[in-house]
Amino acid sequence: MIRLRQIAVTYRTRQGPRPILRGIDLDLARGEKLGILGRNGAGKSTLVRVVSGAERATSGHVERTMSVSWPLAFAGAFQASLTGRDNVRFISRIYHSDFRRNIAAVEDFAELGAYLNEPVRTYSSGMRARLAFAISLIIEFDCFLIDEVAAVGDARFRQKCEHELFHRRADRAMIMVSHENEYIRNHCNRFAVLEGGMLHPFNSFDEAHDALAAILAWQPPVDPVSPEWSIDAQTIA
Amino acid sequence: MTAHHRPALGPALAVQGRVVFALLMREVLTRYGRHNIGFLWLFVEPMLFTLGVTVLWSLTKSLHGSTIPITAFALTGYSSVLLWRNMPGRCINAVEPNRSLFYHRHVRLPDIFAARLLLELGGATMSFILLGVIFCGLDLLEPPEDLLTVMTGWGLLAWFGMALALLLGTLSLRSELVEKLWHPFSYLTFPLSGAAFMVDALPRDVQDLALYLPMVDGVEMVRDGYFGSYAHAHYDAGYLVAVSLILSLLGLSLLMLSRNLVTVDG
Repeated sequence: MIRLRQIAVTYRTRQGPRPILRGIDLDLARGEKLGILGRNGAGKSTLVRVVSGAERATSGHVERTMSVSWPLAFAGAFQASLTGRDNVRFISRIYHSDFRRNIAAVEDFAELGAYLNEPVRTYSSGMRARLAFAISLIIEFDCFLIDEVAAVGDARFRQKCEHELFHRRADRAMIMVSHENEYIRNHCNRFAVLEGGMLHPFNSFDEAHDALAAILAWQPPVDPVSPEWSIDAQTIA
Repeated sequence: MTAHHRPALGPALAVQGRVVFALLMREVLTRYGRHNIGFLWLFVEPMLFTLGVTVLWSLTKSLHGSTIPITAFALTGYSSVLLWRNMPGRCINAVEPNRSLFYHRHVRLPDIFAARLLLELGGATMSFILLGVIFCGLDLLEPPEDLLTVMTGWGLLAWFGMALALLLGTLSLRSELVEKLWHPFSYLTFPLSGAAFMVDALPRDVQDLALYLPMVDGVEMVRDGYFGSYAHAHYDAGYLVAVSLILSLLGLSLLMLSRNLVTVDG
């Protein structure tokens, strides 16, 4: 079980304090897969980091009675100057997990080949995602936090993730953030939209998606060069 | 399952120990790599510094009083400076290169400091001991007269360095001025640190002033243990303890207040 109570996060900016999350309550049990939709900058990644414990909320309370992964995201979690292999070693130490077993599984799952012995900074974002997934799957968390990266990689990697994450580990909990609608629709069983610092639950993906579409609705601006103005300009010239 | 909100002290310490060890090993790798002698640079580098200074001072012979054994003077003096002065240097701006590691919940700011301080302590101490043993083997140095005093002085200097490092490292999260000012400050304190003089050789009225500098008390104590019968050492161990204690309390309180200042990327 993961329990969030009245989670608020405020960032200090040059323009003064900026509230990102304004009192979020959330319960997530084993087997529940929550997909969070929201526009850019709504605070989705912040929420995921608070759930993981990588970031402290300004106020509120997080309770974890199951093991929770770090946020599987494009940035972070790896030391870029170290090789993939040394990063696996580091993460194995931190999570008290057997390095030799892990490295064998990473070699098999991530298919990085000789790149495993190169610094992570030379990896493409797809390769980093493969490495992150491979390690986190071996450590066997009860809850996986997936921030955008699930949808990267080629078809082969997606199929492997599909099998390992959603079939073999269907009993695990998951919080997933993605702009790829189909991915959320197909893999989650709870849906929410993060907007205005609050998490709004919806009964189905379509309801959540419609609500987000209303928020995102965009009209092209009225053409500022009105005909009268251009005539004026010509007269002046 | 395993990661409860507030774990018991025992398991929490085990996690802490694991994280600090992992960070320490990672630090060794990023700093020294696996090329040539690898992690041996940890103490070979301070050894080379100390060796160079010892040779220079032995050749010039200008810096010491008449009866002091110059090798012991240089070894104790320069090793002591390396011990306390490199610690703040390693802790100032320690967060930036480690920022991505804060993605892992168990990695906390104090762990980063602890790993770096342990590494500095280990490197400086290994260098001090090894050079001492080598110089003794080559008959350039007599063994310490009072090993316990040497160890106590060394330990107190290390505490002073760690406390200073903790305070400055945490302050550097709040202001980049700390880094800018530390470089000239650490450079200027070298002539004042007691590495290159004995307090006894100073004019009477300057002696008391010099002992207000905590590191001078520390070096004098190490030297008292090493060759106390050759030179009259002046120090106040209680003063050094008091300064270190105050710096530690300030550093730890500030660290508690700064937990929310460290954020991960993104």
